[in-house]
Amino acid sequence: MSDQAVAEYTVARGKAKSFYPRYERKSELQHQTHFCPGCGHGNIHKMLAAAIDELGVQDRTIMIGPVGCGVFTYYYFDVGNVQAAHGRAPAVATAMRRSRPESIVISYQGDGDLSAIGSAEILHAANRGENITVIFVNNAVYSMTGGQAAPTTLLGQKSTTTPNGRSPAAGEGYPLHVSELLATLEAPVYIERVGLGDNKQIAQAARAIKRAVENQVRGLGFSLIEVLSPCPTIWKQTPVEAQHWVRDVMEKTFPLGVFCDRTKERGPQALERLAARAAQPEPALADLPRILGVAEEDLPEGHAHAIAPEQTVDMQVRIAGFGGQGVLLLGEVLAEAGLDAGLEVSWLPSYGPEMRSGTSNCHVRISREAVDSPLVSAPNVLVAMNEPSLRKFDKSVRAGGWVIYNGSEFPSDCRREGVHVLALSFTEMADAMGDKRAANMVMLGAALEIAGVLPQASVAAALRRLVKNPRWVELDERAIARGRELFKESLAAV
Amino acid sequence: MTEATKPDRGRLRIDEEECKGCGLCIEACPPKVIALSERMNRYGYRTALYAGSGCTGCGICFLVCPEPGAITVLRLVSPGATRAAEGAAA
Ligand SMILES: Cc1ncc(C[n+]2csc(CCOP(=O)(O)OP(=O)(O)O)c2C)c(N)n1
Ligand code: SF4
Ligand code: SF4
Repeated sequence: MSDQAVAEYTVARGKAKSFYPRYERKSELQHQTHFCPGCGHGNIHKMLAAAIDELGVQDRTIMIGPVGCGVFTYYYFDVGNVQAAHGRAPAVATAMRRSRPESIVISYQGDGDLSAIGSAEILHAANRGENITVIFVNNAVYSMTGGQAAPTTLLGQKSTTTPNGRSPAAGEGYPLHVSELLATLEAPVYIERVGLGDNKQIAQAARAIKRAVENQVRGLGFSLIEVLSPCPTIWKQTPVEAQHWVRDVMEKTFPLGVFCDRTKERGPQALERLAARAAQPEPALADLPRILGVAEEDLPEGHAHAIAPEQTVDMQVRIAGFGGQGVLLLGEVLAEAGLDAGLEVSWLPSYGPEMRSGTSNCHVRISREAVDSPLVSAPNVLVAMNEPSLRKFDKSVRAGGWVIYNGSEFPSDCRREGVHVLALSFTEMADAMGDKRAANMVMLGAALEIAGVLPQASVAAALRRLVKNPRWVELDERAIARGRELFKESLAAV
Repeated sequence: MTEATKPDRGRLRIDEEECKGCGLCIEACPPKVIALSERMNRYGYRTALYAGSGCTGCGICFLVCPEPGAITVLRLVSPGATRAAEGAAA
């Protein structure tokens, strides 16, 4: 006895650091999880928390929780947490991992969540080889909602929606083998099915889960661990019976094992990539023009041409015409000029269903405030490069707005009242200047003069940036100037 | 130096408030030194109870227990030092 007193003990296995000490749930139950006694979700949570601890990644882990009994990951894991809509965790995980490349993102999902409503998300995340870790908890039923059949329900297994036992003859299909299916893809790095059926299986499950997280830490790619997990409550078994059912029954339908392991072939390569990236310092901002191959003077000058701050700016322009008339470029030059003048802009092309000889149009907004929507449904300037485009959009122009129409005869049945119209054959004018394809720039000149906000220096800078051929830059500049004159002449004529 | 005086390689601490009495640790424990208590905790669970000796510190109960902190397994730090202490006492 006295010997025991001098013996010293330290904690060998205890609650993981990655769990909160207490959980922010019902005040009287903050020291307990919400899981039923003997639920496999608890074991899997522990394995994940231990893996996060051991790999030292708690401060950069983001857990994506599912809908189902595993929904409350955010109660338990002291990491970043997002709870996704049913089945969408892999899509959310993709976004998280891509926008925060330093993070370790774990998608935690049940079999209803992953293999039924979320079957598309998991398939494509796996096929893209997202660098995420997926923990797939297969308990062969929808547990949270009271035990409906899942795609993974065993043949003959009773559930509230397969009361006579699942039967393909009754149109209920076969158990879906998610791991085997995903392993046919080329992108995934590691896929293993483990079970919680006995001590040995549980020990293997813990190793597999750690490995799947470690693969992500090493930047290897997509890993998924399917865990056959007891649900004593819905299975109507004691926790010990449920554990044995995993080993003795479930495993026959869902054999355990590694279905895909490309860690070796991806390993050195991925590590080299990472090392190369780390060795290369990020380029300085001042170096970007050189790297991108643009001359310093062609860069957006920001506030260099900034317009007077008291001037209100709200250009909502719709430009429409046939494909090939330069509709999109007209819009781009306009938006780019706005950008150069230090304004908020948007440019939204809208393509017709035909790739060739169809119509096209685009929306441009230029404003002092942030642009809330790039759509221009009620333009204050409509640039219609042909008659069908005029007919399509004439009714949408705001009262007091302008219609610039490419045609000397404005169709008598098109809207004139409440709007100003400038109708000229811009194509002919451009032709006279050397190339009828410059008609878009003549019309742009008129639009710029109407709006009257954008400095010519900004327009010239935008042109130089967007049009590479100097001959065209020269012609376009003349065309724009011509458009400005035409507008002024038309005012004088009134 | 007799077997009886040799300290156990492991020890168990069970949190009665967190244990849900599922019994998985009892089933899993190789030397069978865990049992269910007769007394219920305030949530109505008969919780796991360590017999008080015989734990080898293997940690299997921790692994099979679904609760994050219901079981803590401790291991003997320095059997050598302890044996020396035993020798001194003999
Ligand atoms: C869009 C949507 N559809 C359906 C539901 C209802 N619902 C909640 S949980 C669940 C099934 C969960 O089953 P599973 O993913 O197997 O998790 P388990 O509860 O078994 O752990 C369903 C269908 C929902 N919450 N949202
Ligand atoms: S119903 Fe099943 S899966 Fe849900 S917490 Fe209870 S045992 Fe776990
Ligand atoms: S396995 Fe955990 S919850 Fe279950 S009886 Fe043992 S200590 Fe309690």
